[in-house]
Amino acid sequence: MSASLAPIPSDVAALSFEEALAELEKIVRGLESGQQKLEEAITAFERGSALRRHCEAKLAEAETRIQAIVERADGSLGTRPLA
Amino acid sequence: MAETLVPPAALPSTTTSNIPEYSVSEISAAVKRTLEGAFGRVRVRGEITELKRYSSGHIYFSLKDENGKLSGIIWKSAVSRLGLVPENGVEVIATGRVTAYGERSSYQIIVERMEYAGAGALLAKIEMLRARLAEEGLFAETRKRALPVLPRLVGVITSEQGAVLQDIRTTIARRFPRAILLWPVPVQGEGAAARIAAAIAGMSALPASGPIPRPDVLIVARGGGSLEDLMAFNDEAVVRAAAGCSIPLISAVGHETDTTLIDFASDRRAPTPTAAAELAVPSRIELAADVAQKTGRLATAVSRLMGEGRLRVTGAGRGLPDMAAVLGQARQRLDDRAERLRMAPRTLLMMRRAEWRHAAERLPAPDAWLDGLRRQVREAETRLRLGLPQLLGLRRNAMALGVQGLASGLRHRIAVLAQAEARISARLRPAPVEAGHREARAHLAGLSARLDSVSYMAVLERGFALVSDAAGHPLTRAEEVGRGAALAIRFADGSVGATADGGDPAASRAARPRPPTRQGSLL
Repeated sequence: MSASLAPIPSDVAALSFEEALAELEKIVRGLESGQQKLEEAITAFERGSALRRHCEAKLAEAETRIQAIVERADGSLGTRPLA
Repeated sequence: MAETLVPPAALPSTTTSNIPEYSVSEISAAVKRTLEGAFGRVRVRGEITELKRYSSGHIYFSLKDENGKLSGIIWKSAVSRLGLVPENGVEVIATGRVTAYGERSSYQIIVERMEYAGAGALLAKIEMLRARLAEEGLFAETRKRALPVLPRLVGVITSEQGAVLQDIRTTIARRFPRAILLWPVPVQGEGAAARIAAAIAGMSALPASGPIPRPDVLIVARGGGSLEDLMAFNDEAVVRAAAGCSIPLISAVGHETDTTLIDFASDRRAPTPTAAAELAVPSRIELAADVAQKTGRLATAVSRLMGEGRLRVTGAGRGLPDMAAVLGQARQRLDDRAERLRMAPRTLLMMRRAEWRHAAERLPAPDAWLDGLRRQVREAETRLRLGLPQLLGLRRNAMALGVQGLASGLRHRIAVLAQAEARISARLRPAPVEAGHREARAHLAGLSARLDSVSYMAVLERGFALVSDAAGHPLTRAEEVGRGAALAIRFADGSVGATADGGDPAASRAARPRPPTRQGSLL
């Protein structure tokens, strides 16, 4: 889809994965109901495409880093990497 | 030990008895020595009762069973190392020394350690705490929060050593690689509960944008063990920390059959640490499939909408008249009219020409026509020339014949008339004619007389007069005559004008019924 080349709007990028997924589901349901006007449907589709790309980007973020909390002598907290 | 029971033989006796005599202090001390020497360290099993915490920090209580009661003391210095928090009704095994308190003539056990007397006792103690916290509302369903679908950072509170952390790490890496923040704690033994409670509170207190990232979800986990091993997770402080945690918390303590009080306070309870990790992070494959499925539905729905729109446009277009055909027809009609217009003068000319030609065909050729006329004239001339003498001859003959006929006719007529005259003359004698005249004259006189007799003139002759108005209309009624009216009176020989004098109309009216006597004799 050519829409995937467009940058993800900032308001979409700020959404959490579940928010984006929930909105995508809502848009899909709305479109599937067939009640929308064509212009609205196209706008919704574009938003849905952005949400989809955002979701996929979130899914692509895979991090395995592990750190442990360290309680220092002065009572403050720090972290140290854990093998 | 036996020697302490032997009375001092050297003491003097004031009685004849052989029984030695002690002071109170002496016997108390002796009993104390005997008790402490005979028992030393003991373990005593009993139910805690009459428990009192003194402001000094020492705890006084009693241990009891069916038939006995034993006073006990936990010195302040032993409370923190006791191993449990003593409560009334809990059956415990107390470890300590039996000692006597000489001032009160009592003996007691000084407890250094205390442990629950068997699983039943422990479970009873847990159940009591559970009931109390439940009543407080700490375990209410309404307090439970939903776990985030896709956490960025997973907090883990467990031992740094052991299989639990490893299980969690591998599960998260398998399902959806995420960053993990570990808060290492001892999970059993002395002080474990306090460390666990502090770790939960510490994680909960991490600021959202501090140097240490704040986890989106928390796992508090411990591997399987005995009931006593898991007791840190039944600790009230731990349970309260879990209930008050600001981060959604998953508890996973022991095996599936083990239930600790932290499980009631957590947002989700997992049967094992692996299960906790599965709850904490979603399966990336499943999520990707979900996104792909929604993407497919998105594309399908939009293309279906587009298709429907296209169909509607086509359908609407079908309802419209076929403009091309309409235009074509119009163009064709226009062409037709234009062609006919273009052709009209020529056609008209041709028609007129045809009519003219037709008429011209019917017209005789002028020369021929003239020839004809000339011929006719000549013929007439010839016939005239030939016919005139003949006609004259004929006429002459006819005239002669007519004259002849006329003369003879006249002669004949004259003769006939002469004869008729003779006959009429014979009949026209004067006598009969005169006789006839006389007769007729007499008849006429008779008729005249009769006519005269009916004429008013005759009446006038007889002395009557006719009165008429100025206009000549006869007046037959006195009332018709107005006063001073001009009258004309006609006599037999002429008329005389008269004017009516003043007769009273009323009198004349009154006289009306009476007809004039003179006129009564009329006729």
